[in-house]
Amino acid sequence: MTPLERFVDTFLNPRLMARYWPDIAQGMLVTVEIALAVVVTGVALGLGLAVLRSYRVRPVNALIVVFVDVFRALPPLVLILIIYFGLPNIGVNLSSYAVLWLVLSLVLGAFAEEIFWAGILSVRKGQWDAARSTGLGFGRTLLYVVLPQAVRLAVPPLTNRTIAITKNTALGTVIGVAEIINQAQTAVSFSGNATPLMMGAVAYILVFIPVVLIGAHVERRFAWRRA
Amino acid sequence: MDVFLHQFLNLEIMRQAWPIIFKGLQMTALLCLAVIPLGLMGGLVLASASLSRRAVLRGAVKGLIDLFRALPPLVLLILIYSGLPFAGLNLSPFAAVCLAFTLNTSSFYGEIYRAGIESIGHGQWEAARSTGLGAGHTFAHVILPQAVRNVLPDLVSNTVEVVKLTSIASVVSFTELLYAADMARSVTFNTSPIVLAAAIYLVLLWPVVRLMSRLEHRVAA
Repeated sequence: MTPLERFVDTFLNPRLMARYWPDIAQGMLVTVEIALAVVVTGVALGLGLAVLRSYRVRPVNALIVVFVDVFRALPPLVLILIIYFGLPNIGVNLSSYAVLWLVLSLVLGAFAEEIFWAGILSVRKGQWDAARSTGLGFGRTLLYVVLPQAVRLAVPPLTNRTIAITKNTALGTVIGVAEIINQAQTAVSFSGNATPLMMGAVAYILVFIPVVLIGAHVERRFAWRRA
Repeated sequence: MDVFLHQFLNLEIMRQAWPIIFKGLQMTALLCLAVIPLGLMGGLVLASASLSRRAVLRGAVKGLIDLFRALPPLVLLILIYSGLPFAGLNLSPFAAVCLAFTLNTSSFYGEIYRAGIESIGHGQWEAARSTGLGAGHTFAHVILPQAVRNVLPDLVSNTVEVVKLTSIASVVSFTELLYAADMARSVTFNTSPIVLAAAIYLVLLWPVVRLMSRLEHRVAA
């Protein structure tokens, strides 16, 4: 075998590609499903907490700040291990999928709260005063006047953060979630060949390059300052 | 409640695990000391290349940055750690981790520098060049200091992410903080060592996180 043939045989072996692509595709599906679930619950949690925080109830806000700080400071893998290995010991059994979804949702929720809150703060006080003077109550002012402006400001940083956190779905492999890299590693250990790893890398690129490009587009599209 | 305390905040087990966790902490520090400067330098190289006048170089760098931003760091690490041996290259866990994290963090630092450099008005270039400074000196002494000041919060925030990132090195058996804690967990069947590791990350990073959110709110307000 020439060196080139050996390289192709080890990294781009067509026979193994044909054999393992269903597994990798299955892994892509799992990655996309968990990522979407995390985006929905994480962003909703962040928005909910930011709204709650704007009522400025001191003890509640202190709790929110502690939650946000802790989940921004801790590496997600540490949280995954604590919950996955810790909860069964106190009688709560969650599947590895549920643990991954829960942890990443909490982490995204923490970052999203911070971003939405910065957005809410950046809406000028005059907007509040004007809305209240037309007879809108606090809740309606927040919902109809402040949030629409705050959310627009939040979109670019939130997009970046969301992409970064959905990529953490790969951490699921550590606790046995059968996502892309997990399927690839299993295939490598069965076949003794690096081809499935390359397939896994390509699968991630197929999933995330469009997301990164859409993110860059969104960032440009929403890049306007407050009125 | 007792069960919870016993499982998560068992001081006796934390005390026993402390020596190996402290060793892990030292390895985490070593890793940070290697990866953060490498990433900062790599990012600078990528940023200056992405501002080059040669379209081919610009395009290539842009492609590389997008590629390394799209690949989850864990995937890049596994690719390097388990993939390269098939090509006859055996890297130690430390070398593999440094290589993977440098590629990943350089891309993120590079994008931040680029945003900073683009935020400096063209007049600064022209003014500096007209005083007789060469292109290199202009970049190093006029543009870069202002650019870095403009994006300092982003650089700090990305550095926090790098420190958190080092926990992933545990997956390829590099004996850093989380790996040490997980080893202690698997020996004691108790989650407390990982809670201790979490507490250490928290002590290291919480002050920075707090500082960042104050900076962000000040900019926003």
